[in-house]
Amino acid sequence: MSALSVTLRKKLPGFDLDVGWAVRDGFTVLFGYSGAGKSLTLSMIAGTLRPDEGRVVLGGESLCDTRAGVWVPAQKRRIGYVSQGSQLFPHMTVVGNVEYALKSTPRKERRPRATELLERLRVVELADKRPHELSGGQKQRCALARALALEPQALLLDEPLSALDLPIRVEMRELLRAVQRDTGVPFVMVTHDLVEACTLADTLVVYSGTGAVQVGSPAELVGNPATPEIRKLLHAMEVPEAVFDQARAPRLVTSRREEHVA
Amino acid sequence: MDMSTIAFPLRLSLQVAGVSTVFVALIGVPLAYVLATKKFPGKQVADVAVMLPMVLPPIVTGYYLLLIIGKNGLFGHFMQAVTGTAVGLTFTWQAAAIASFAISLPLGVTTARAAISAVDPAHGDASRTLGRSEIETALFVVIPLAARGIIAGLALSFARAVGEFGATIMVAGNIPGRTNTMALEVYNAVIYGDWRTATMLVVVFTVVSAVVLLGATKLSAAVVQ
Repeated sequence: MSALSVTLRKKLPGFDLDVGWAVRDGFTVLFGYSGAGKSLTLSMIAGTLRPDEGRVVLGGESLCDTRAGVWVPAQKRRIGYVSQGSQLFPHMTVVGNVEYALKSTPRKERRPRATELLERLRVVELADKRPHELSGGQKQRCALARALALEPQALLLDEPLSALDLPIRVEMRELLRAVQRDTGVPFVMVTHDLVEACTLADTLVVYSGTGAVQVGSPAELVGNPATPEIRKLLHAMEVPEAVFDQARAPRLVTSRREEHVA
Repeated sequence: MDMSTIAFPLRLSLQVAGVSTVFVALIGVPLAYVLATKKFPGKQVADVAVMLPMVLPPIVTGYYLLLIIGKNGLFGHFMQAVTGTAVGLTFTWQAAAIASFAISLPLGVTTARAAISAVDPAHGDASRTLGRSEIETALFVVIPLAARGIIAGLALSFARAVGEFGATIMVAGNIPGRTNTMALEVYNAVIYGDWRTATMLVVVFTVVSAVVLLGATKLSAAVVQ
């Protein structure tokens, strides 16, 4: 059974999104051109945007099914979301941000729990700082701590590393993989960076920009792109062989639409 | 001329404007939040209804208020049905506060709405994905982030309420010792040719308004963004 499956249609001014894919647990990366609808897909998985039609099923639970009239609001989904801008609340301290996500934790236990999370992400010394005092990498670590405070069923990452300098980016990649392994929940990350995509992904979902979506391990997809657009995307940049060696074993699933993934 | 001439109107004006501003905060800010962040049927009508007093002559707004809170208005009929006596709110300081509220509400709502609209919607979305309800998102994230604009809106509402004249004279009259606010007192002084009192009132008026604006600027600056 797939951990996360989506079939989504959304009409926006000048853009129609129509995608479907399913992935198992692990680290999934959505890769493709800008404007292909990857971030929109994340918003619809998170529940901050409604599709015109479609389904989102996470861990067997239907979060959205337009035909059956199912809509679980974002508040009830327990899906963590970290974006490029981190979206830490600027009027709260770092620890305040993390505590904000601990709504269901008794009040007295919030501070120790938040501190523990910040320690885990190695940013506990920043607890009393405000977001504007942090570097890009520090912000992302704090945003990750906040998202983990939710004990999420899945974590969505919308280009979380794209604003960071390369050394920090490499460090953050390692951190993200380690956190995914520790938590065991599915991570879905959007990126434009092919090396990043191939380094992190157990499963790569390529948005071709023409509606076609291909799903598989990075090695599978680079070796066997389904359409000329996907070939162009995946061969736009030379990816060192070592990147594929680094990636874990291929996990699943190749499909263009969810209904083809029984 | 002595200070007692202006003591009562000054106190009354501050009281009326204070009460009016509290209600602008309690009603106007949630209204601004809904108008800034939600789509709902009839939104344009609600928008126009809130903004109308800004473009209508205050005397017209005052007339509408008379129809609502007067002895022979909706409120009077309601009191007649409930208590057996038709009682209106007119010719009281409360009526002056209602008039100031109606006139200053659009100013507070417009400013607060602009400030709330300027908050990055991603912060609201982040709050929701962290399991927080719509009300918690509004109270703990969006409104604090829009606090500067909201405070500015409330200061403008207060300043507008202190100087309210047209609607106030319609619903509260101009009763010395009861409903003669500063603005009405300036009018009285001019009508009776008491230029010294008029000048003094106008100076006090100007100082109060300047202090309100200065206080609001300082308060806005103190809000951590």
